Amino acid sequence: MAKKERQIVATTAWSAGPGCHGGCGVLAHIEDGRLVKVEGDPNHPWNQGRICARCLAMTKYVYHPDRITRPLKRVGERGEGKWQEISWEEAFAYVEEKLVKIRDEYGPESVIFSMGTGRDIGAWICMLAYAYGSPNVMFALSGLACYSPRIAAVTTVQGDYCILDASQWFPARYEDPRYTRPECIVIWGYNIPSTCPDNVFGHWITDLMKQGTKIICIDPRLTFFASRAEKWLQLRPGTDGALAMGFLNVILNEKLYDEKFVSDWTNAPHLVRTDTGKLLRAGDLPGDGNAADFVVWDAVAGKPAVWDTADVTYKAAGVRPALEGEYQVKLACGQTVQCTTVWDTFRRKVAEYPLDKVAEITLVPADDIRAAARLYATSKPAAIHWGEPIDMTPAITPTTQAIADLWAITGNLDVPGGNVISRYAFDAVAYALPGAKGAIKLKSAEMDKKRIGADKYGPLGKFIWRAHTDLVIDQIFTGEPYPVKGMWLQTTNPLSGIGMDPRKWQKALEKLDFVAVVDLFMTPTAQLADIILPAASFLEKESIRSWWIPLQTINKAIDVAECKSDVEINFELARRLDPEFKWNTVHELFDEILANSGMTFAELQEKGWAFPPEGHPSAPYRRFEKGLLRADGKPGFRTPSGKFELHSTLREEWGLEPVAHYEEPPFTPVSRPDLAAEYPLILCTGRRSAAFFISEHRNIPWLRALDPDPVVEIHPRKAQELGIGNGEWVWVENWLGKCKLKAKVTLEVPEWMVMAAHGWWFPEEKTAAPDLCGTFRSNINTLIPMNAVGQDGLGSPIKHMLCKVYKVRGDEA
Amino acid sequence: MARKNTGYGLLIDYEYCTGCHACEIACAQEYDWPAGMGGMRVTEMIQQLPNDKAYLAYLPFPTELCILCAGRTAKGMKPACVQTCMSACMKHGRVEDLAKEINKPRMALFVPK
Repeated sequence: MAKKERQIVATTAWSAGPGCHGGCGVLAHIEDGRLVKVEGDPNHPWNQGRICARCLAMTKYVYHPDRITRPLKRVGERGEGKWQEISWEEAFAYVEEKLVKIRDEYGPESVIFSMGTGRDIGAWICMLAYAYGSPNVMFALSGLACYSPRIAAVTTVQGDYCILDASQWFPARYEDPRYTRPECIVIWGYNIPSTCPDNVFGHWITDLMKQGTKIICIDPRLTFFASRAEKWLQLRPGTDGALAMGFLNVILNEKLYDEKFVSDWTNAPHLVRTDTGKLLRAGDLPGDGNAADFVVWDAVAGKPAVWDTADVTYKAAGVRPALEGEYQVKLACGQTVQCTTVWDTFRRKVAEYPLDKVAEITLVPADDIRAAARLYATSKPAAIHWGEPIDMTPAITPTTQAIADLWAITGNLDVPGGNVISRYAFDAVAYALPGAKGAIKLKSAEMDKKRIGADKYGPLGKFIWRAHTDLVIDQIFTGEPYPVKGMWLQTTNPLSGIGMDPRKWQKALEKLDFVAVVDLFMTPTAQLADIILPAASFLEKESIRSWWIPLQTINKAIDVAECKSDVEINFELARRLDPEFKWNTVHELFDEILANSGMTFAELQEKGWAFPPEGHPSAPYRRFEKGLLRADGKPGFRTPSGKFELHSTLREEWGLEPVAHYEEPPFTPVSRPDLAAEYPLILCTGRRSAAFFISEHRNIPWLRALDPDPVVEIHPRKAQELGIGNGEWVWVENWLGKCKLKAKVTLEVPEWMVMAAHGWWFPEEKTAAPDLCGTFRSNINTLIPMNAVGQDGLGSPIKHMLCKVYKVRGDEA
Repeated sequence: MARKNTGYGLLIDYEYCTGCHACEIACAQEYDWPAGMGGMRVTEMIQQLPNDKAYLAYLPFPTELCILCAGRTAKGMKPACVQTCMSACMKHGRVEDLAKEINKPRMALFVPK
């Protein structure tokens, strides 16, 4: 028999398939148009041939017998499981007809465009929603509690986001002379090796550990890093903010901060009025000062001096701003007010968190906090790498702010081996995330006025171009201030994965006039649709990965039946729904997104990946000194003051506490001892698995064999006390509901906490309602409420609920 | 008479194995093993230590099915598990060469074949 000819296509892994935010270089081996093998690309600077289990299982994923390969139209009752295969032409016409009907009767904002996490969809779903006329693009997690809150919170205080520097900005990586390895990395609530690379490729940290980098691990759970850490701080879930304040306390008291960075690059010297607690503005002073300008006390002249935010400099020459002290300032109204500096108010706030108090809140011994804070602050450079738990608390923003203050005041911001500002490579922006202004945007500011939650929550009005999930779901039931009639769900399965209170989600979807789902498999959520459109995996599409660096293309390797890529599906519908739609082909759209890079899609595809050159605003380091961060080319940050803001101007404007602090989460033994009496265990959820991404991959046998059951981890002493043996089925229950999980009796969790797997459904079971693949049986989200978000609308209590655990009786099994 | 080994083995620095299971699926893909079978198996081990401490380790163990990717290595390629290892903590080579590289704690040299 003649040997088959093998083609190898180099591409970039990004959902769908492995699921994750992606970026790994992949070689797809093709024979006769069929995928036979996937390998990591050894030449790719990101992963150097390494690749995860989910990506390696792609041959079983793309040709899975359960894949939806033609559009399906519901023919029975919704949820009944009766479907008819239709052509794409019929499918597009059907969706168009339904959407136009809703638009004509209720307005375009009555359709919500909902996406899953981290997908090569964010840009395309916006393109479709905006072409249709709806500003309501939604990420379906309560409080948007996954990454965009962190990005927004960090952007609020420093104008840009930043991430661990593992040399990913350079093709030569660790060998590049511009790079310095961090002496210490704080891994804050992140079991990254068994998760997705939503910050960076997780195993860069093991690369660095092999070169000598020390680890501080902050995690209630015994993880790979916890076992190998110089310091492991086993904190009570949800108390990260207090711990960060404790770190700041040590660093300030022991003067371990970078005084030059603090005085030159933060708003520490700006004056705060003690009567209002607000920043003193030049507009408050006699004369015609600008309200956008801030005021310092000039220690040389002994009087106030104005910090000109437009010029990012002092109005007078030779100003030496005082960092500390109390000053009487005469205002234009004739009143004299007492003012102090931001630095003093910040110090006072931090002083509210002495280590004995922090130890009591966090359950971490004071000596351990002190030692860890010293190690972090004296390591030069040091970096902080954080995970999902930071977002999954209602106080996400003050927590994030406290942590951002850590890297700022220790001089680790945008320096080699520190936390480096991460921008879209070459400023080629597709994805409508905080701060991004790309090719795909709303047609007018007027259109945005109907966006649900934008007027209520500051960050949504300023940085996050999303509808507020909790408010959307409520609005489906209330119809106020306007009715919600349709939902477009694109590769998201909220019933099993990111939907808190999943029964409420089910009722909400059932109430709608029209539900469309784009997905690769029949999920419990898809079962409630009127139409399902079959999407392509990353191996079946052309696309762009414009998410930090490098800038990459996704290159098509195979075709699978009639599946279409997300961008193609959205493009065709957008073209039909918008007579002014400006692009003729998907390639034209890609070229416009890539315009800033100076490359066309075809040119970038030829290279595979591209790094921005030194001196480009999207390439490090010390860009705040070089004037590379701001549009005006002046040194400083893209914040209202041009400084890193220890006292956040925007949070002040939003009516929120402007300085970092700690807030006890809403359902803990401390905040709700009444509930804790009956539900004494802290319920932590979202246990990550190397086999799965969120609610995906339960149907891929290779992967399922690695992690076959929905587990809850219980400490051996607690299990013994409750009479629970390893591998026994248990009920995990609280006042909101219960679910059935399999006990894993393990020292991974402390005695006072259980850790539950999330994202479970059973694709092998009956799909039609009410079964829905058993998605409610083992769904830990049943025990988590919606609407328990933070004051700024962000975050959700996903990692620190309360529960009790007891054995499933024989007759319930 | 005892069987002779091939003279080749796998050196695993299990201090850095993070339990990502990529080696298992790389092997399954290379030989199209059914779910649950394969030449590599990663075991999670949680060791109870004094003073209520514990240590979490993962050990990638070559099973009875491991043939050290004889076909791949004959072509000068790395075994599938070694090439894919996310933490780059596995190495294939001649046993005597690998033995010389055991220069730190928490390393294991396997001679499966």
